[in-house]
Amino acid sequence: MIDLKTKYLGLELKNPLVASSSPLSEKVEKVRELEEAGVSAIVMYSLFEEQVIRESLELDHFLHRDRESFAEALTYLPEVGKYSMGPDAYVKRVQDLKDAVDIPIIGSLNGVSTGGWIQYAKKIADAGADALELNLYNLPTEVNLTSGELEDAYIQLVTDIKGEIDIPLAVKLSPFFTALPNFLQRLADAGAEGAVLFNRFYQPDFDLENLEITSNLTLSSSEDLRLPLRWIALMVGKIDLDFALTSGVHTAEDLIKAMMAGARVAMSTSALLKHGMGYPTRMLAEVQLWMEEHEYSSIQQMQGSMSQQKAGNQSGFERANYIQVLGSYR
Amino acid sequence: MSKEIKMIDGNEAVAHVAHKTNEVVAIYPITPSSPMGEHADAWTAEGRKNIWGTVPDVIEMQAEGGAAGAIHGALQTGSLTTTFTASQGLLLMMPNMYKIAGELTATVFHVAARSIAAQALSIFGDHSDVMAVRSTGFAFLGSASIQEAHDFSLIAQSATLESRVPFVHFFEGFRVSHEINKIEMLSDQVIREMMDDESIHQHRARGLTPEAPVIRGTAQNPDVFFQARETVNPFYNETPDIVQKYMDRFAELTGRQYRLFDYVGDPEAERVIVIIGCGGETAAETAKYLNQHEDEKVGVVQVRLYRPFSIKHLMETLPATTKVIATLDRTKEPGASGEPLYQDLLTAVNEALEEGLAPFEKAPRIIGGRYGLSSKEFTPAMVKGLYDEMNKEKPKNHFTLGIHDDLTHTSIDFDPGFSIASGDTLRAVFFGLGSDGTVSANKNSIKIIGEETGNYAQGYFVYDSKKSGAKTISHLRFGPQPIRAPYLIDQADFVACHQFNFLDQIEMLKYAKPGATFLLNSIYGPEEVWDNIPQEVQQDILDKELEFYIIDAYEVAKETGMGHRINTIMQTCFFAISGVLPAEQAIEEIKKAIKKSYGKRGEAVVKKNFAAVDQAVENLHKVVPPQQATSERRIKPPVTEDAPEFVKDVLGTIIRGEGDSLPVSALPNDGTYPTATTQYEKRNIALEIPVWDPDLCIQCGKCVIVCPHAVIRQKVYDPEYLDDAPETFKSTDARFREFPDMKYTLQVAPEECTGCVVCVEACPVKDKTEVGRKAINMEPQPPLREQEAVNWDYFLSLPDADRTSFETNTVKNSQLLRPLFEFSGACAGCGETPYVKLATQLFGDRMVIANATGCSSIYGGNLPTHPYAVNEDGRGPAWSNSLFEDNAEFGMGMRLTLDKQNQYARELLVDLKEEIGEVLVDELLSADMSNEAGIQEQRLRVEKLKKQLEGKASPQVNDLLSLADKLVKKSVWIIGGDGWAYDIGFGGLDHVLASGRNVNVLVLDTQVYSNTGGQSSKATPLAAVAKFAANGKEQPRKDLGMMAMSYGYIYVAQVAMGSSDQQTLKAFKEAESFDGPSLIIAYSPCIAHGYDMQQSLEHSDLAVKTGLWPLYRFDPRLAEEGKNPLQLDSRAPKIPLKDFAYNETRYRMLVQKNEERAEMLMEKAQEGINERWTLYQQMSQMDYTESEEE
Repeated sequence: MIDLKTKYLGLELKNPLVASSSPLSEKVEKVRELEEAGVSAIVMYSLFEEQVIRESLELDHFLHRDRESFAEALTYLPEVGKYSMGPDAYVKRVQDLKDAVDIPIIGSLNGVSTGGWIQYAKKIADAGADALELNLYNLPTEVNLTSGELEDAYIQLVTDIKGEIDIPLAVKLSPFFTALPNFLQRLADAGAEGAVLFNRFYQPDFDLENLEITSNLTLSSSEDLRLPLRWIALMVGKIDLDFALTSGVHTAEDLIKAMMAGARVAMSTSALLKHGMGYPTRMLAEVQLWMEEHEYSSIQQMQGSMSQQKAGNQSGFERANYIQVLGSYR
Repeated sequence: MSKEIKMIDGNEAVAHVAHKTNEVVAIYPITPSSPMGEHADAWTAEGRKNIWGTVPDVIEMQAEGGAAGAIHGALQTGSLTTTFTASQGLLLMMPNMYKIAGELTATVFHVAARSIAAQALSIFGDHSDVMAVRSTGFAFLGSASIQEAHDFSLIAQSATLESRVPFVHFFEGFRVSHEINKIEMLSDQVIREMMDDESIHQHRARGLTPEAPVIRGTAQNPDVFFQARETVNPFYNETPDIVQKYMDRFAELTGRQYRLFDYVGDPEAERVIVIIGCGGETAAETAKYLNQHEDEKVGVVQVRLYRPFSIKHLMETLPATTKVIATLDRTKEPGASGEPLYQDLLTAVNEALEEGLAPFEKAPRIIGGRYGLSSKEFTPAMVKGLYDEMNKEKPKNHFTLGIHDDLTHTSIDFDPGFSIASGDTLRAVFFGLGSDGTVSANKNSIKIIGEETGNYAQGYFVYDSKKSGAKTISHLRFGPQPIRAPYLIDQADFVACHQFNFLDQIEMLKYAKPGATFLLNSIYGPEEVWDNIPQEVQQDILDKELEFYIIDAYEVAKETGMGHRINTIMQTCFFAISGVLPAEQAIEEIKKAIKKSYGKRGEAVVKKNFAAVDQAVENLHKVVPPQQATSERRIKPPVTEDAPEFVKDVLGTIIRGEGDSLPVSALPNDGTYPTATTQYEKRNIALEIPVWDPDLCIQCGKCVIVCPHAVIRQKVYDPEYLDDAPETFKSTDARFREFPDMKYTLQVAPEECTGCVVCVEACPVKDKTEVGRKAINMEPQPPLREQEAVNWDYFLSLPDADRTSFETNTVKNSQLLRPLFEFSGACAGCGETPYVKLATQLFGDRMVIANATGCSSIYGGNLPTHPYAVNEDGRGPAWSNSLFEDNAEFGMGMRLTLDKQNQYARELLVDLKEEIGEVLVDELLSADMSNEAGIQEQRLRVEKLKKQLEGKASPQVNDLLSLADKLVKKSVWIIGGDGWAYDIGFGGLDHVLASGRNVNVLVLDTQVYSNTGGQSSKATPLAAVAKFAANGKEQPRKDLGMMAMSYGYIYVAQVAMGSSDQQTLKAFKEAESFDGPSLIIAYSPCIAHGYDMQQSLEHSDLAVKTGLWPLYRFDPRLAEEGKNPLQLDSRAPKIPLKDFAYNETRYRMLVQKNEERAEMLMEKAQEGINERWTLYQQMSQMDYTESEEE
């Protein structure tokens, strides 16, 4: 009997395939389908503080604008009852999902202000989320802000949030850190239980016909696996964090690679969007088949087996690919 | 049990009781009663229950006539039913009112009494409407204050149930419906105790039911109708006592005692004023003052129950000492021997003397007069003037009070300086811009004072009739005693100017009493401000020794993320310096209020408001003025120097805010006003204006066509005109095939622009080196104002392109035509006006417009100035507004006249052929006027004809001369919004379209009732939120176009300028050229949709791309050619509806309220759109060739 179980952020998961943060989790039925298809946990779509603020300010703006200007129309839109604004709607969704499925639900938060981060983190925890993923993404455009200051602020934030919530905490990062290992270490020191590598972003594109800047998220491919694979393989065993690999997990092989690098879980959205909600079933079956063929008995057995610490060929991780490619050419 | 105290307005006070005591509410929005229906609807949407524990059903009907029918039906089947209405709305209910009363049916109609349109429409308050329906058999109970409106709503409800006589409960529109005052709320328990269960059961038992069938609503003949009509008398005889009985019971429950006629004043008064409504408050307070301070013996009878009119109760009220009675009617009955109340008093006194009911032996002298029409001020000074008049040996009868009538000399003089204002009341006047939140802040302030302290407060708000750059004036009173002063403040302790530029426009310090405080929102600091305010303002500050404070509220707003909203900041400053509350307590209360008002919109909103409060006080400065008024700046004249005399003397006075001072003789007697008067106003409301870059511009005309205010225009002209051009006048080579070697200028009217930015959005050009730049870009207005004003004037002096010399089939070319609709008061970025403007460009010089009441009639026809303009020959659209419901018929009447007159003129031509000459007559009769050249030629022929007929006096010649112009093609346009076309006017519209007559109907479809504040119409799309569809509309938009197409012989087009200006242009031209009825349904972005109007073009385009608004043209002429008449001009829906919808608050707010429902409705809406598209597509693909062959 092949054992697919894994442990992530202290949560016992039936397998290492986790649905990463995506709009799929906005709908209860979709989450049910994912559970049925076999995913072991759900990271919810992110609660964006910036969006919460914007929606709130926008509603206020448009309910207020042109009000009390003209005798016949003191208002233009009805204002009745309560609005389910920002965190309230998210909190309700956490509760709905918890009620609907048995697998763990991991909340996801993307804040902008210290107050917002902490307040929302508490709300998500109180709503019953099994863990929280902090989506630390801030595009630093301020020229006087140093990397040190930014990292200090992040660490302070993690410390503050840990002080307020009891559920496990993972931090989802972008790959754009000058000294990622040190930062991961600091995260662990600040109390984070996990790190999710890496976040993918909406990158701008140019529409040459209309001379406009467009922005859309392209789905990942297996190619994208390599960056997080390397970093997890480098860090596993050195830092006391549960690693989750996200980006580029499309096939059973991708998932197995993630495990061998040392990830506790592999997260996927693109594959689900591309292949449909039933895809996890297929992927997990293929993982199992691969393990059978290659005589692996459990996921735990392979976890970290190809990490830097255990793979032997350390230069393969640390050198830039260029040198190795040249070497092989010669 | 503690009493609930609330600061609310009359509408809410009434709606509260009506919603608590009814089961069915059928309404139709009409100012100023709309908020009552909206409250009721909102409470029902929230699930608020009536006192019996069930949620009343609130339904919006298609018209007041429809509402009355629904009420009648609901009553006939035994429901407790009510409605809210006013003015024309009440008149539309009149036939049903006779029926309801004739059938002895208990109901209360709550009426925010308003003027009836006569020489002009007016939304303001008087008793014209209620007096017009006084013959219906309803009882009439009039309230004089917010508290009374609340209380009488209940007393009327109790009395109607027992008496079976239906009631109109009325109170003055705006002055009572919109004034906020402190009232004691009726508890559910009191309401319950005032309701008689037995009467309710009987009411229900009288309802029609097949279980116990009866027939009601029979037809009767001369034999019995009369007798049957008299059967109701006992009910009317008993009603006064029943009302008094409930007034007494009410007094036991609440301590507030009312009588059918309440007397205030000296028990031995010799002069008594009899009055209905809130004027009674003013009269009563003045009488008390005069008796106390001036040793007078005067009194006031406040009439509560006007019908049935109880002579007995009136006589019990009047003092025996009464020698002179003056009745005051807030209505006018031209030609009558006196207004209604006057007539009633004459009858009452005469009968009472004969029957021995009178308290006096000798008949007092009775005089009657009119006051307060259309919310005209009614002040203690006027009351004093009337008492003084009553002292005269022969007081004036049939007088007017409050105006200067220099025509028939009816007016009574008074001393405007007389005041009864008490020293312990603080009076404050605030001048704000509609969009800066001044009124909201003031409403908040009076709530704080009234609800959180033991003090009383009152707020009344005067709004602008312009929708862009609208000014508001708030009148606030605070004090330890109840405030009974339903009139404006003229001597304030505190004056605040929230907009610096108002100083140049309004003499606001005339409102300040000596020693008052003046707070100014100033971009200039304490050191610079003095030299930057007009000299007149400086002089007032010095003369009146005002305490002068300033704050740069815009800076604070910017810093705290409040944008242009300075409400919280100015409110805080008011509390900080007015001393109305201790500062700390005030700040705490303001914050509490902020949390309460904005909390549910999210924490971020609360936070930024808190920040604004905290920073306000820090930025408040006291200014110590120098000893002399030295400024070179002066208050600006309201209109330009070149304005015609009437514009200067009359319209200018109105613009200055001094319209009350105009005497009767100054005003036109039949409501006729000159057009083309907006050009003199120079409102200067834009902070930024578009600036043209000639090097980038491709001269496409897109910015010109979309401009809602006709402030951006293009011309081509001979290069020689540049010789005298102002230095900064921009020009480039014209890029028009038709105009080689000419110059081109795109010019902006800097003082008329509203800064809406729609033109910049429309510009398709992007600078290759800086893609954020376009061929027009917004730049601050002040530094450009003078220079561009000179350029604008020069631009206007350039000749317009000769209309006959080029085709107007392209947007580019069409925009060389001069707009004959300019600088209207429509909202900045209005989505309706570009269509109106386009029609005037194409056909304005031969256009007659029938305009339905609504936004387009307000920005089109509201005083002081009018946007319809004239060309260099003095021709332009002739415009009129009849009513809301009858606009299609009104326009049809215009068509009938023009056709008849044209026909008669043609007949006369034939008859007078010999005198005129055969060639000219034949040419006139056979003229081809299908293009501009043909029309121009016909005009020349008509001129020739007139010359030829000169001096040949005969009845036929004179007739032909008077009709000759009708030989030139005229274009009848019937314009209105969706509320008119889809709802209230639909029956008429359908009939007119079906008639086959050559009229052009333009529906400015904003998908809601925009003018009255966003109520749902049948054009409101599925899933959108609107008033009366607060939980999202469940039905799709009615397909008006499809209905019209089904006739087969009507030209129908659906257009959206923001999506295809070219298709819009084509549709307008085709519709007008079609010799039959045509209907253009125009997608009109509106502020009620909830997004920045700057993006309206993009929103329109998305509406089309999602298939919500398919573009098409249905031209019956094509069917005649064997072609399919329906041409789809947009592509199959390719964007999901939600991608468009959720960019608009009207859709998005439902997600924020109830996500599941929003999703469900959105899905349904998407399905509907897909199905409808398929249907259109099938229709457009039908083969018409076969039917042709058959």
